[in-house]
Amino acid sequence: MPIVASEHGPQLDFYNALVHLLMFALFIGWGAYFVYALYRFSAKRNPRANYHGTKGKLGKQSEIAVAIVEVLFLVGFAFPAWAVRVNAFPAESEATVVRVIGEQFAWNIHYPGPDGRFGRTDIKLVDASNPLGLDRRDAAAKDDITTINQLNLPIDRPVIVHLSSKDVIHSFGLPYFRVKQDANPGMTIPVWFQPTMLTPEGESWEIACSQLCGLGHYRMRGFVTIQTREQFEAWLKEQAAAQ
Amino acid sequence: MEHATAVHPPVAHHVEHAPELGFWWKYVFSTDHKVIGIQYAITGLLFLLFGFTLMAIMRWQLAYPGQPVPVIGAWLGAGNASGGVILPEFYNQLGAMHGTIMVFMGVVPLAVGGFGNFVMPLQIGAPDMAFPRINMASYWAYFVGGVVMLASFFVPGGAANSGWTSYVPLAVTATTGQTWWLLGMVFLITSSLLGSLNFIVTIFQLRAPGLTFMRLPIFVWMQLVTAYLLLLAFPPLEAAAILQLMDRVAGTSFFLPSGLVVSGQVVQISGGGNPLLWQHLFWFLAHPEVYVLILPGMGIVAEVLANNIRKPLWGYKPIVYSVVFLGFMSFVVWAHHMFLTGMGTTMSAFFQTTTMIISIPSVIILTSLFLSLWGASIRFTTPMLFALAFLPMFGIGGLTGLPLGLAPTDIHLHDTYYVIGHFHYVVAPGTLFALFAGIYYWFPKATGRYMNDLLGKIHFWGSFVAINIVFFPMFIQGLAGMNRRLYDGGIQYAHAQETAKLHVPMGYATFALWFFQLFFIVNFFWSIKKGRQAPQNAWDATTLEWSAPSPPPHGNFPEPPVVYRDPYEYSVPGHPADFTPQFQSDKKA
Repeated sequence: MPIVASEHGPQLDFYNALVHLLMFALFIGWGAYFVYALYRFSAKRNPRANYHGTKGKLGKQSEIAVAIVEVLFLVGFAFPAWAVRVNAFPAESEATVVRVIGEQFAWNIHYPGPDGRFGRTDIKLVDASNPLGLDRRDAAAKDDITTINQLNLPIDRPVIVHLSSKDVIHSFGLPYFRVKQDANPGMTIPVWFQPTMLTPEGESWEIACSQLCGLGHYRMRGFVTIQTREQFEAWLKEQAAAQ
Repeated sequence: MEHATAVHPPVAHHVEHAPELGFWWKYVFSTDHKVIGIQYAITGLLFLLFGFTLMAIMRWQLAYPGQPVPVIGAWLGAGNASGGVILPEFYNQLGAMHGTIMVFMGVVPLAVGGFGNFVMPLQIGAPDMAFPRINMASYWAYFVGGVVMLASFFVPGGAANSGWTSYVPLAVTATTGQTWWLLGMVFLITSSLLGSLNFIVTIFQLRAPGLTFMRLPIFVWMQLVTAYLLLLAFPPLEAAAILQLMDRVAGTSFFLPSGLVVSGQVVQISGGGNPLLWQHLFWFLAHPEVYVLILPGMGIVAEVLANNIRKPLWGYKPIVYSVVFLGFMSFVVWAHHMFLTGMGTTMSAFFQTTTMIISIPSVIILTSLFLSLWGASIRFTTPMLFALAFLPMFGIGGLTGLPLGLAPTDIHLHDTYYVIGHFHYVVAPGTLFALFAGIYYWFPKATGRYMNDLLGKIHFWGSFVAINIVFFPMFIQGLAGMNRRLYDGGIQYAHAQETAKLHVPMGYATFALWFFQLFFIVNFFWSIKKGRQAPQNAWDATTLEWSAPSPPPHGNFPEPPVVYRDPYEYSVPGHPADFTPQFQSDKKA
């Protein structure tokens, strides 16, 4: 498993490990039985088969055990963990809010700027220098910041990403954060997480497009950098000056 | 084998034929279920080889991105592979067509059209399918669909390149090949619908006297449930394919939302559609389709297993009830392919629960097959080796479905190599091994000769080792977060650096796997002419197909068979022979 740099990541990894443990136990258990049965009941060692076969209850018991464990996974983990991911959003005022819009083959990142409001966008304004079609005449848009393929975020503060796409379906995959969500055109889907680790100097963490989106899918790679609050504010200022 | 000759001396080939037909009507436009079955099987096998070869080319690109493909690189065409180096556009074509060919033109036609057609009427003691002409139409619709799909490689822009799932809007904006793909699918689906109708009517109407439902061989049950799945799940996809075709050629927007901007240009469409609608329609078919891929294989495994353990299968009734339940449940799990499309808690809870529920009948079936081994007297014949290997391989495929079926653990694994590993374990060393078991097992019925055992065992062991080296590393890659469908195998990504190295041994294992199929191909053709002659009941088996001559004539049975007992009466206490066929009356025993 790769680095885990989000608050919910370790929990998902823990349950993933538990599920794999169950799988492994079942495989080893049945595998051992299988190998023994092949050895013990080969035609050489057992020339005449037993019409009635096994009378044991092992099969039924193992089936019931599997069913119980599955129910435990569902109720104890899957339902609540999913509810936290898709329902328990933090307040926007308490979070870093950002729009991410996929296009063939890049990630457009849109910060609302100091006013906290995203400016109006219009597909008629889209051109090479303005991939989002941001209407700079809109008051809310004046301080907005856009970047391509570079998502900077502050550590230890929830992040809300409003995810969409301009053209085809992409998938916003952050392997180190255990975050993945399809970016569908015509829809905006929010996703949230909380970074817990700073990106080490000289390293680049990645946004990996996870849904086939055309011939450049393999190179639709963005970067995500986790900074301290101060570094992040400084970076935003720097970007604002460059808009 | 001594028993077989003693009980059923091989019948000489003087059985009466229906009025002699010319070559074309006998072998090409035949209405005989056995000829159609063999047509299906051979066409399906050729498509499997072709689809596998596409993957071998992709595996080279993954192992050595940007290096020219050896041997065949020069023949791929400059527009596809310049200087033998595969282009991303072509890679995506290979991927989409590999999936399409393997699923819709390889496994299903072989498992249902091939085995279902050839074996099922024989196993129920029928002279033919209920509607022989519809049966022929089914094969020829499949054939046309196959030709359309193959021809699409030669249209401008090449074949479809949006994945076998053809997600919109990508598929709507794709090159002309996608239109051909949709047309091809309409033919393939029509073929399956015609076939499934025929299967259902045949199983209900043409069973031999005495062959009650609870005496049916498991294989027939599997084909029956499969036919219902095809009949009920394919029409929505056929409709969806036509809607997508309209979006492409008639300017509709069933699946296209307003405000699309592709390559910086506003797309001139009416808009208002929804891309998720396609995914729902697609997976409403494609999840039952998973069971269409696996159930016939399970049926074959059950037959081969019962025959080679020389005792009845453990838990015949639980297996039958499980497969019927599985059939129903397979219609309500489809959206577990779509957890990451923005699904809320209620929907995800529903589909996670149904997904866990559907695992139970699969566990029951697999457990029953495992427990059948207890007390057996196992003959390690070539078909048995493939059938035995199916059990742990399908086990791995099924188990790895667990973390994918739970939405929170799916987040990290979704669309990674883990998914590819999961469904390939189900379909490749799972279903395909079962299909090979079936070919080795029923070859003597179709030809009157056994396939060569040594070549068969080399084929098995070589394939078994190679296929695991291809697929097992995919779980490691997937856990590391490596995404699927990447033209360069993920080497751009820091998180995939380490596991991308695995592509090299996986590539060589793929080529080795290809090589070991040569043993099968040679064996197949050699054995038709030169194989050891097989008696009518080639494996001392109990089901009805073994009471027909090998190969069975038009009309199958010289005398209409009558069924006296359960399907797997092996090693019945008090009987001298270790098998008591269904068609053997108590008086004789």
